[in-house]
Amino acid sequence: MSTIVAARPSPETRISPVFRFAMLLPGGLVTFFLILFALGLVLFLAFRSNDGSLLGAGLTAANFVTVATDPLYWTVTLRSLVIAGLVTLATVATAYPVAYYLAFHAGRRRNLLLFLVTLPFWTSYLLRVFAWKIVLAYNGVLNSAFIESGLWSEPTLAFLNTPAAVVVTLAHAYAPFAILPIYVALDTIPKSLLEAASDLGARPFTSFRRVVLPNSMPGVLAAALVVFVPTVGDYVTPAMVGGPASTMIGTLIQSQFGKANDWPFGAALSVCVMLVILCVVLVARGADRRFGSRT
Amino acid sequence: MSAARKAANAGGRWLGLYVLAYLVFLYLPILLIPLFSFNDSVQAAFPLQGFTLGWYETLYGNPALSGALANSLVIGVVAASGATLCGITVSYMDLYGRSPLAATISALARLPILIPGVIVGISLLILVNLIGLGPSRVAIVLGHILVALPTTVVVMRSRFAAIPKTIREAALDLGASDWTTFRRVMLPLSLPAVLSAFMLAFLTSFDEFIVVFFLAGTEPTLPLYIWSQLRFPRSLPTVMALGTVILTISFLIATLAEILRHRGLAPRAAIQPEPQQRRGERK
Repeated sequence: MSTIVAARPSPETRISPVFRFAMLLPGGLVTFFLILFALGLVLFLAFRSNDGSLLGAGLTAANFVTVATDPLYWTVTLRSLVIAGLVTLATVATAYPVAYYLAFHAGRRRNLLLFLVTLPFWTSYLLRVFAWKIVLAYNGVLNSAFIESGLWSEPTLAFLNTPAAVVVTLAHAYAPFAILPIYVALDTIPKSLLEAASDLGARPFTSFRRVVLPNSMPGVLAAALVVFVPTVGDYVTPAMVGGPASTMIGTLIQSQFGKANDWPFGAALSVCVMLVILCVVLVARGADRRFGSRT
Repeated sequence: MSAARKAANAGGRWLGLYVLAYLVFLYLPILLIPLFSFNDSVQAAFPLQGFTLGWYETLYGNPALSGALANSLVIGVVAASGATLCGITVSYMDLYGRSPLAATISALARLPILIPGVIVGISLLILVNLIGLGPSRVAIVLGHILVALPTTVVVMRSRFAAIPKTIREAALDLGASDWTTFRRVMLPLSLPAVLSAFMLAFLTSFDEFIVVFFLAGTEPTLPLYIWSQLRFPRSLPTVMALGTVILTISFLIATLAEILRHRGLAPRAAIQPEPQQRRGERK
């Protein structure tokens, strides 16, 4: 952002080494030890074989061979990608009009609306998922409301324990993530561009399609990324509302570190998830560059 | 007024209705929890069976619950302190440190956004076992510092960036040391954002479940307690009463944090893009 660039100090200010060390210490410890070293451990463990000890034994690619050859993992990985992809699509598509309204039509209500759409983000994720469980359950809100209104005569099992339930619940849980990046991208489009488009005779829809939409793509991509990453590794929502037919890759990782107790294999699965995310990030960055990033 | 302009206004009205519907979708499922917490039935279903405060009474005198609450509070405060300290120093050095190391640390500090919670959880589980700590409250604190770090860095960074750079330069020109400038000038100017970052980090920790699931030893936090209760259909109303209390506290703290974040900024700065915007910022 331009404001941040502008805030960089003039080059003649110098910083004392002691101050620099003290200020870099907490962040350096956390990032290098808790993030880099811990992720390095996962990578290391992924190439070990399970002998019941903490760091496993030997040096082997057997875990990855299993992941690549066992159709179960292909099915689950594919399912995770499809679910996370659908959630991302649904979240971004429904969030875009909201962000558009905030950027161009909200007027004085803008700050209040921004606050209202982000507020759920700060509430318990577990409770938001739990809310959907009581909505979708056999004896739940949706069924009883339909019976009460006379639309159905008996409850249906069709809601809970389906992949669709996982998609709806995750789309709701991560909705607040998507609006802000898109809003910021829309809000930073210079108003002169829109005026130029309309002066040159573009109809509102044309100027949206040719000016607004391409210029907001960096925000859309950022939104897609921050929704996709947490959903692809989620294990809570499948467990709560998804049933056995919606097992996701996060569920498998969790069970390797729990019931299945094969940490090296769980680490290998984690490495695969991180590789998938890396691919998605690279694709998003490439697309971002194509649209001319302003971030 | 031109026809195009009129059409745009009409479009704005329809869009306004859509935003209203979106907000209903966003809030309705959450608000069901308080609704059924007052309902005199074990089933969360319509029709409502009558008003009761009985489920709230079951919250009192429950040692497992109060133990979990105490754990959550202690962990939340310690983790938020750590995350805020890191957020302040990392973003300050990123903006003013002018070293590749500071920029790297700042980029890494926002990396947890791109790591699913389950992987943060298992990587720290391996780490704490390796250093002999094992799953414990300290392990949870470490996990929550990591989860809250992107938020605190983003909040503090945008606040430091909003302070006119001439103020810091004036302090340095007048002979203040780096440390004095930081402590007496920059920190007081960004104090509301520090409090805001602390509160948001506390909320993140207080409500966090995905990471804590792997790192908890024998002392569960509140979300873990709720998780353990979800298996028993009979305790669902109690969970809803507890959930209502937690939601209320979360809403209050988040509102306070929002107010604080804008405090003391010039009016124009107040309508600048929100800090969360950079959640998706790429490095």
